[in-house]
Amino acid sequence: MKLHAHNLGWTTRGKTIVDDVTLDILPGETFGLVGPNGSGKSTLLRLLTGLLPRPAGRVHLEGVPLESMSRRDIAQRIAFVEQMADTSEALRVRDAVELGRTPWLSALTPLGPEDRRIVTEALEATGLAHMAGHSWSTLSGGERQRVHIARALAQRPRLLVLDEPTNHLDIHHQLSLLRLVSMLSVTVVMALHDLNQAMGCDRVGVMENGRLIACGPPAEVLTPARIAAIFRVHVTPLRDPDDNATLFRFHCLEDHS
Amino acid sequence: MTALAASYLRPVTLWGVAGAVTLTLAILGGVAIGETPLPFDTVLKVLANHLWGAGHDVDAIDAGILWSYRLPRTLVAAACGAGLALSGVVLQSLVRNALADPYLLGVSAGAGTGAVAVTVLGLGGGMIGMSAGAFAGASLSFAIVVLLARAAGGGSAQLVLAGIAGSQLFNALTSFLITKSANAEQARGIMYWLLGNLSGVRWPDVTLAIPVTLSGLVVCVWLARAMDAFAFGAASAASLGIAVRRVQIALIGATTVMTATMVSLVGSIGFVGLVIPHAMRFVVGARHGRLVPASALAGAVFLIVADVTSRILIPGQVVPIGVVTALVGAPGFAAILIRNRRRA
Repeated sequence: MKLHAHNLGWTTRGKTIVDDVTLDILPGETFGLVGPNGSGKSTLLRLLTGLLPRPAGRVHLEGVPLESMSRRDIAQRIAFVEQMADTSEALRVRDAVELGRTPWLSALTPLGPEDRRIVTEALEATGLAHMAGHSWSTLSGGERQRVHIARALAQRPRLLVLDEPTNHLDIHHQLSLLRLVSMLSVTVVMALHDLNQAMGCDRVGVMENGRLIACGPPAEVLTPARIAAIFRVHVTPLRDPDDNATLFRFHCLEDHS
Repeated sequence: MTALAASYLRPVTLWGVAGAVTLTLAILGGVAIGETPLPFDTVLKVLANHLWGAGHDVDAIDAGILWSYRLPRTLVAAACGAGLALSGVVLQSLVRNALADPYLLGVSAGAGTGAVAVTVLGLGGGMIGMSAGAFAGASLSFAIVVLLARAAGGGSAQLVLAGIAGSQLFNALTSFLITKSANAEQARGIMYWLLGNLSGVRWPDVTLAIPVTLSGLVVCVWLARAMDAFAFGAASAASLGIAVRRVQIALIGATTVMTATMVSLVGSIGFVGLVIPHAMRFVVGARHGRLVPASALAGAVFLIVADVTSRILIPGQVVPIGVVTALVGAPGFAAILIRNRRRA
C-alpha cells in the first residue's frame, strides 16, 4: 500500500515535534525509522496513521487524503501497534486478538466464521495458537507484544505501523519478532532503536529534532559519519564472515576524540 | 446468513427470556414484601385489575399500597439499579479503572448539589427542573474530577483521590446550601433523601426513570463493541477504527444523564456501579456485548432486593437504601482493591 506524506508537521504547546516531513512508503517494503530519543519518531508514526488531530501538511493513502477518510476506513487499511499498551481487563489472548476485527464489524453484528478464521490465522502466524485461552495478566512482555501484533494482523491491514516493537524484549524475543515481521506480506513501517536491527530493513529514515534528515537503503544512510553526528557515538562497521552482513560496534565519542 | 443470524439469536433469545423472567420475579417480590404483610394472591389480583381490568374484588387500601406505593417504588428501584450499574460499566471502560463508579468519582455528589440548588434556591421548578439541576451538577463534578486526575498525573490512584476531593467539595457545597437557605424541616428531608431513599417515589417518577434507563441501555448496547476497543486505551481504540471523541461524548453523556436522573429521584446510592459490573465480569466475562445487558439486569435485581431489605431490616422503620448498598458495597470495594493489588 502506497503512503505519501507531504510537508507533515505537528506542534504542541508551542513546541515543534515533527517538522516538515515529506516521505513515500512503497508497497511491500519494510521501512525503518531511527533517531535519538525525542527526535519525533513516535509522533511521526501517529501522524502517518492519522491518530493526531489537525496536523500540518497532508498524508495520502493510495492517493486519498487521510483526513477525508473515517477512522473505520483507515483502520481497515492501517494497523498501528503502539509501545507496550496494557490493560487491566480480564481478557484472554483470543479476546485481545478478536479486537482486531472491530473495524470490519458493525455495532451489533457478531463475529462470523470468517472473522474467527482470520483470528486463528493471526494467532498461528504469531505463534500464539497454543496460548489462545491464556489470560492477559499471565503473559510476559514478549508475549504481550506478540498479541498486539496478532491483533494488528487480524485487522487484515495493508500497512502495519509498529512503534519500537522490540522495546523491553529480551534478545530472543527481539529476533523472533523481527523475523515474524520480515515474513509478513504487508508493508511495514516501524520505529527502531537498535541500528543493527535497522540494517535489516529495505529502507531507513533518520530523524533528528523532528526532521527527516536522510532516507534510503540502510547501507547508504547509516554511515559512520552520520551516526556520529546524529547519535553522538563512534561506530566501527564489522563484517560477519557467515553472511557478509555489516554490523556496528559502538564506542563513546569521547574515547575517539 | 440466516443460519448465522439464527445460531447467534438462539442464545440471545434464551438469555433474554431468562433475564425477563428473573426481573419479573424480582419485581413481584418487591411488590409482595413489605412492612404490611399482604397475601400473594392479593398482589396478583391487584396487578390483574390494573393491567387488564380483571375486576377482582380487593380491599381498596391494599390495592392502594400495592399499586400506588410499592409497584412504582420497585420499578424505580429496578431502573435506578440498572442505570447505576450501566454507569459503572461505562466509566470503568472509558477511564480504564476498575474503581470507577459514579459515586466514587463524585458524579453523584455533584448531581446532589445540583438537585439541592434547584430545590432550595428555587431555580426552575418541578421534577424536570430538579433533574436538569442534577445533570448540570453531575457534568460539572465529572469534568472537575477528570481534569484534576489528569493534572495529578492521570494514574488509577490519582483518579480515585480526585474523586474523593470532588465528592468532598460537592458534599460541602450541598451542606452549605442547606444550612444557608433551607428551613429545619427541609434540611431534614434533604439529608434523608441524600442517603438514598425510595419512600417518596410515585408513578410520575417511573415515567422518568424507565425511559432514561432504557435509552441509556440502548446507547450502551450500541457502543458495546466500541467499549471493548478501549481495553488498551484511547489511542488503540482509534487505531481500531473507533471515532473516540464521539463515542466518549455519547457514553459520558448517557452516564451523566442516568446518574443525574437517579440522584434527583432517589438521592445518591453508592457502590451499585462498582460492585455489580465486577460481579458480572466473573459470570459473563469482560466483553461488553454480554457485560452491558448482564450488568443492567443484575443492577435492577440487586436494587430491588436492597430496597426490600431496607424495608424489612428494622421492623417499623425504613433504613435508607444507600446504607444497605454501602453495607454490601464497601466490602466489595475492599475485595476489588485487594484483587487489583495481587494482579499488579
